Amino acid sequence: MPPSSWYLYVAAALFSIGLFGVLTRRNAIAILMSVELMLNAANLNLVTMSAYRDVLSGQVFALFVMALAAAEAAVGLAIVINVYRTVRHIDADRFNIMRW
Amino acid sequence: MQASEIWFGIFAVITLVSALAVVLSRNLVRAALYLVFTFLGVAALYVMLHAEFLFAMQILIYVGAIMVLFMFAVFLTQQVMQAQITLSSVSRLVGALASAIFLVFIAGNVIPRVSAALGEASVPLDRVAEENTRKLGLALLTGYILPFELISLILLTALVAAIVIGKEDSREDASE
Repeated sequence: MPPSSWYLYVAAALFSIGLFGVLTRRNAIAILMSVELMLNAANLNLVTMSAYRDVLSGQVFALFVMALAAAEAAVGLAIVINVYRTVRHIDADRFNIMRW
Repeated sequence: MQASEIWFGIFAVITLVSALAVVLSRNLVRAALYLVFTFLGVAALYVMLHAEFLFAMQILIYVGAIMVLFMFAVFLTQQVMQAQITLSSVSRLVGALASAIFLVFIAGNVIPRVSAALGEASVPLDRVAEENTRKLGLALLTGYILPFELISLILLTALVAAIVIGKEDSREDASE
């Protein structure tokens, strides 16, 4: 079996790629996609710890994270669609009505 | 170089290259499809980590439900003028620098210590897939029963919230 650090490196790289996406993209849906990448990286970390310690709690945690990611994606996308209906764009840089 | 390490390399490359394509592609539909590949790569890594139930749930939930949701949102918010807007290159450089600093810190400081603490894996790779679902189901209904019930409450709340936020605003002018 590959050493645990390999899986952790992949999870860290996936997380930083998602972080780059959140910081860089302007489309709100693309930002949500990058957040999903970060959540998957955290899940990979959890499952790796669970495998290399031979316990089940990491997988249980990852299962709950998955369910929460689904709930968050649903609500987030509903908000994005609602915003699109109001202002006809989803450019995150132009969401500045509440800025003074 | 063992066979398991080669398979790990293949799946890791698929995952990371698809993730890069997600954050770098200007076409949103293509980004969504690359995200599907990323999820599949992570699911394959779950199989290698003996998390067979999570592998199935990853494909069902992420690829089957969340990506469909993303596709709906992408097609409902199609920007008419298709002006592919991206940040200035300075901002992208700053973003790349921030994530690179984070990656170097984690990979340099945290991961060697953590993997040294984890030690060698005790389970060989070619163990027959046995009882992971059963054990996980038992754990969810005995030790983790409280989060299990709470997550169903959270999902109900998210369902109601998404419907309320997302429904058409059918305002009628006639007084009722």
